[in-house]
Amino acid sequence: MPKRDDIRSILVIGSGPIVIGQACEFDYSGTQACRVLRAEGFRVILVNSNPATIMTDPEFADATYVEPITPEFVEKIIAKERPDALLPTLGGQTALNTAVALHEAGVLERYDVELIGADFDAIQAGENREKFKEIVAKVAAEKGLNADSARSVICHTMEECLAAVDVLGYPLVVRPSFTMGGLGSGFAYDEDDLRRIAGAGLDASPTTEVLLEESILGWKEYELEVMRDKADNVVIVCSIENIDPMGVHTGDSVTVAPALTLTDREYQNMRDVAIAVIREVGVDTGGCNIQFAIDPRTGRMIVIEMNPRVSRSSALASKATGFPIAKIAAKLAIGYTLDEIPNDITKETPASFEPTLDYIVVKVPRFAFEKFRGADQTLTTHMKSVGEAMAIGRSFPEALQKALRSLEKKGSSFSWTGHVAPKGELLDDCRTPHDGRLRTMQQAIRAGATPEELFEATNVDPWFIDQLFLIDEQARAVAAAPQLSLEVLATAKHHGFSDAQIGEIRGMDESRVRDLRHALGLRPVYNTVDTCAAEFAAKTPYLYSTYDEETEVPYGDRPKVIILGSGPNRIGQGIEFDYACVHASFELSRAGFETVMVNCNPETVSTDYDTSDRLYFEPLTLEDVLEVVHAEQQTGPVAGVIVQLGGQTPLGLAQALKDAGVPVVGTSPESIHLAEERGAFGRVLAEAGLPAPKHGTALTVGEALAIAEEIGYPVLVRPSYVLGGAGMAIVYDDETLTTYMAAQEGGHPVLVDKFLDEAIEIDVDALFDGEELYLGGVMEHIEEAGIHSGDSACALPPITLGGADIKRIREATLGIARGVGVRGLLNVQYAMSAGVLYVLEANPRASRTVPFVSKATAVPLAKACARVMMGATIASLREEGMLPAEGDGGTLPLDASIAVKEAVLPFNRFRGVDTVLGPEMRSTGEVMGIDEFFGIAYAKSQAGAYGELPTKGRAFVSVANRDKRSMIFPVRALADLGFEILATEGTAEVLRRNGVHAKIVRKQSDGAGPDGEPTIVQRILDGEVDLIVNTPFGSPGQSGPRLDGYDIRTAAVLRGIPCITTVQGLAAAAAGIQAIVRGDVGVRSLQEHARSLRG
Amino acid sequence: MSNAVLVLEDGRVFRGTPYGAEGETFGEMVFNTGMTGYQETLTDPSYHRQIVAMTAPHIGNTGVNDEDPESSKVWVAGYVVREPSRVVSNWRANRSLDTYLKEQGVVGIAIQGTRALTRHLRERGAMRAGIFSDPSESVEALVEKVRQAPQMTGAELATEVSAAEPYVVEAIGEKRFTVAAIDLGIKGMTPQRMAERGCEVHVLPATATFEQITAVAPDGVFFSNGPGDPATADVSVLQQVLAAKIPFFGICFGNQIFGRALGLGTYKLRYGHRGVNQPVQDRRTGKVEISAHNHGFAVEAPLDRTFETPYGDAEVSHVNLNDDCVEGLRLLDGTAFSVQYHPEAAAGPHDAAYLFDEFCEVMSRAQA
Repeated sequence: MPKRDDIRSILVIGSGPIVIGQACEFDYSGTQACRVLRAEGFRVILVNSNPATIMTDPEFADATYVEPITPEFVEKIIAKERPDALLPTLGGQTALNTAVALHEAGVLERYDVELIGADFDAIQAGENREKFKEIVAKVAAEKGLNADSARSVICHTMEECLAAVDVLGYPLVVRPSFTMGGLGSGFAYDEDDLRRIAGAGLDASPTTEVLLEESILGWKEYELEVMRDKADNVVIVCSIENIDPMGVHTGDSVTVAPALTLTDREYQNMRDVAIAVIREVGVDTGGCNIQFAIDPRTGRMIVIEMNPRVSRSSALASKATGFPIAKIAAKLAIGYTLDEIPNDITKETPASFEPTLDYIVVKVPRFAFEKFRGADQTLTTHMKSVGEAMAIGRSFPEALQKALRSLEKKGSSFSWTGHVAPKGELLDDCRTPHDGRLRTMQQAIRAGATPEELFEATNVDPWFIDQLFLIDEQARAVAAAPQLSLEVLATAKHHGFSDAQIGEIRGMDESRVRDLRHALGLRPVYNTVDTCAAEFAAKTPYLYSTYDEETEVPYGDRPKVIILGSGPNRIGQGIEFDYACVHASFELSRAGFETVMVNCNPETVSTDYDTSDRLYFEPLTLEDVLEVVHAEQQTGPVAGVIVQLGGQTPLGLAQALKDAGVPVVGTSPESIHLAEERGAFGRVLAEAGLPAPKHGTALTVGEALAIAEEIGYPVLVRPSYVLGGAGMAIVYDDETLTTYMAAQEGGHPVLVDKFLDEAIEIDVDALFDGEELYLGGVMEHIEEAGIHSGDSACALPPITLGGADIKRIREATLGIARGVGVRGLLNVQYAMSAGVLYVLEANPRASRTVPFVSKATAVPLAKACARVMMGATIASLREEGMLPAEGDGGTLPLDASIAVKEAVLPFNRFRGVDTVLGPEMRSTGEVMGIDEFFGIAYAKSQAGAYGELPTKGRAFVSVANRDKRSMIFPVRALADLGFEILATEGTAEVLRRNGVHAKIVRKQSDGAGPDGEPTIVQRILDGEVDLIVNTPFGSPGQSGPRLDGYDIRTAAVLRGIPCITTVQGLAAAAAGIQAIVRGDVGVRSLQEHARSLRG
Repeated sequence: MSNAVLVLEDGRVFRGTPYGAEGETFGEMVFNTGMTGYQETLTDPSYHRQIVAMTAPHIGNTGVNDEDPESSKVWVAGYVVREPSRVVSNWRANRSLDTYLKEQGVVGIAIQGTRALTRHLRERGAMRAGIFSDPSESVEALVEKVRQAPQMTGAELATEVSAAEPYVVEAIGEKRFTVAAIDLGIKGMTPQRMAERGCEVHVLPATATFEQITAVAPDGVFFSNGPGDPATADVSVLQQVLAAKIPFFGICFGNQIFGRALGLGTYKLRYGHRGVNQPVQDRRTGKVEISAHNHGFAVEAPLDRTFETPYGDAEVSHVNLNDDCVEGLRLLDGTAFSVQYHPEAAAGPHDAAYLFDEFCEVMSRAQA
């Protein structure tokens, strides 16, 4: 059946900001979908509030709306664009929920918009657990299949939950309905657990509904990715097996594809059930995934759930198999059937087949617990990881070891040196699922644990446990070998050992192992991900390394550029860097280079085999990158390797690559060092005549106190060896400084900087070709200095800086770019305090803000950067039209729209963690709001990040003394808008004295009043407050006001109430609320925006 | 330990470690791309005289059980894997694959280059090979030995794998039909699928005559899968069945014999279809089924039209979307049909199980 011709325009909904459980895999799927739909001739309208995505690049849609994904805003877009159809299955749960809301509100009917890719009955049937259970029971009975559901009870109130315990007993699982990433779910072992988890779950569920069910902890867990077309053709794209048994969210589990511990009978039963269920549910034009649990003792199979949309797992499955699920799903949605769609990889065979793998894929999660002190680190059914890495090998040990080293985290790989804890202790640790449990198991093997003991402690399938023993035996063989012969090395490499691991075991330097290996002629080969286990010749070069017989790297005729990606997403290094890499690849391919991408993050657009001329799915370690470069050099000239766009990961390899003779292009490793090393950078600043905050370096408490004495409090302290703000703190007094220093590891220097209180922080992205500076954009932070730039909201163009300020910023940036020797992008952070422009730091690489700046100014900075790195000048790019003919991001017209970037923080995932912002970055993603007026742009950013700002109701205000003066005006604005103002005593007094009526509420530390008057925390928990303003004061560890604030903010997160923690944020919010109340909030596409900026 | 070798007739050699029984073995070198179902594959009589290489790297993880074999023994001539499992992990398993292969005397080898081997066969076509667990001769001598082994083209093997004596598989539940199933290398799941649908299946040896078939008074006749070159098969018995208008269903080798009985030719595919992921389109409905395959030969028939046969007009009913290979034939009057692939699956997906229902419908119409 060919493409539908009765629809011409399609609205695609993206997934919004990167959050835990919904990351850039939806940029990957959405980008694929938009490309397909446009190529098929449809007018594509896109809404996604996340500016860091590729899909929101103006060239991927006809009309791109970076607007909040709320029913209200999407309705405005529908009213304006009048699309014929809405495709909601590629933007995660956010898109699906928004589509359901639009349907229920009658919007789709009113504007005659057809839902494609899914229908409401299917969404309901898939997501309503009771209906789903009935479906499972029905297909099991009708087809005689082994399929069941966990015994369960649906509850809408806590009373119902407590009653259900009589039927199910403890432990039991709590699952809220209609939430993503397992949000709000968990195991309850007793009534306290149940009250806590089910209470939060009832709140988190949009339908106030939770499901309680029998525990299947420790069962084997599987997932199938399924596609079905309207002619009822069904294929299973991939099977995925979780190494961590039931009890750990799939997103937090180490997973493997294909499933490795099923016989054909069991697998086919699972396949039959999946197909019967998808038919019964009625998903008829797209993809979905279905999860299963199998009792390892009896084989009883439970169907856990299905998602009638593409998912994180489908992104993984696409990368694991080479079968592009999102792309095919988009084609099915517009009417094609599977047999009409060719398999891109073979070109010869159709998409109506099931990929078969002759390799093993392992996915490992990456966590960021170090950023969330106080968070529970136990892995549960509630997803906590912030990213993932995938690796491919020809055997499980090879793939697993590659995956572990792809995490780029110290201690993630298996190790055989150093102290081993006692076996009993390690086995005990293994009982609780945690980040790095496989390594704990490996250490337990070192300590003498048996396979049976490990199985008893973990319920990990004995086959996987044996593979850990196999790896351990290989390590011992490496240790015991009289010398590193070819045979010893080849066997170790066959099992995935890195040069570094072999070196560690042998007490040798990694580079010596590599030299020896190369001298013996032992190098990896590169095999193709071909969907068919070599049955047909593959046309799409998607490669992975393995120690096997034949390499399949094709010969090229154009000069090659190798782009190093950014590895697994983590806090501080996410989708923004992938964006820059993808842009470089697109642009350099257009400019005549053969582009080669190296990355190991399965969620990204960069690891789509369509993005670059060639993709290597490889860890970003020195060894793996050197081998890729070597392989590419064997098949044609390599013009350059780009390390500047993938964030800190490739940047960290720059010097070593250069030392190994690799042509690193762009800013030289020596220049990178100039910017990163404090002393050298100080000299650059001195030469350029630029001030930096006073600072010093301390090794001891005494030295730190002396420096603080000299430069004056407050001071910003941080360990010198970490990046991304880890371990940073702002300290106001000797006592806290002493505590901070005492907590540091001995011997590591601590940097002590003067902290510029009440400064305006400014972020600049600029491009430098050696001669000319192109100021990409100047961003003014809304929060004052001291909050990590990644967590701070910012406005572009800057809202309070004048032409003279911009001029100074331009001159300073030029001075730094020249002094450092930048060729490409440069990011500088400034603080403006008392009229002085201080340089805080400079990073000679693409920054997190590049996509935001590119969208706000309608200039493709990353593309321009790639060209500059390969030798183009800014003047020539201006001539080409890539950069504006004149002017730059510092000379935007005064009437230019204002773009506000807001950070999105994962506090709802880490209950108990203080939500107050600080110098350490903790946000996972960002949104953009754009409008002619700052207030509206800010309100849009809030709506995109946290849900819309309230326009009426109760506002609670409690601020630190230093903020009291600046709070008065915005709070009065709120009162004028009709908000009832609640305040703690001190704040209320100041407000009253300034003519704002504020009602006093009891602090948490006061406890309930004599007549049972509730505290503010109780009132928040009871849902009586609509907006919270709470700026923190006092020092960590103290009781009193600080602790009160903590309780307030925690309650706000629990209830999902907007909570503003800076007074600047309050002012912006008040302006935004005013704008919303005035009711003149419109929507405008990026294409319209670009026309207004660039004519 | 790593002194075992796999030698191909064109001189390519893969070194590895012995797996299963030790010794030497010869056969036609083929690869199978299924990721599950090694036990079914090993016991499929169609693999008689073939050395099977598995493209999936980890083999043996779930061990061996008593329920999953497709016949009473392992038929493959040799087995090539990459990463044999060291342990058994499955609640139904009762021994390891290694032990099973040793018990059955099947010589195997574990080599690193299973993908290189597959690519080699893809480019050069199926060829003879030998596995030598611990050879004392030179490689040249081993290649020469391989070249002495019999070719698959022209081989008549059905009688070597067929049951010597007839046996009956009882209907499950109420008996509705009697089926005479000619065993050319039949898999256990095939009569099982029929029995589930109320067929009493009389499995007859490959040498069964038309009279022996009619002696069981069948409602339908079935010709099974099996090894060897269909050009060597005697098609006269099937022609008698067709002339008598007894409902007929054939699978795999049975499809090839049906084709030849209709006057069509058969040919050897370059490297065959062996796996469980092949897309086959039912040309009557346009639907695609993911199917299990194991065939090195195929039928030549016109795809663009119906064609005349002594038994009435016929058509190609199913086609492989990967390579347009003929995957099914039927007489337009609906009395006889066959498919080249495996609706009984085992190993493989169950998408084509409806064909057994169709066979029952044909028999049911004939009864009426």
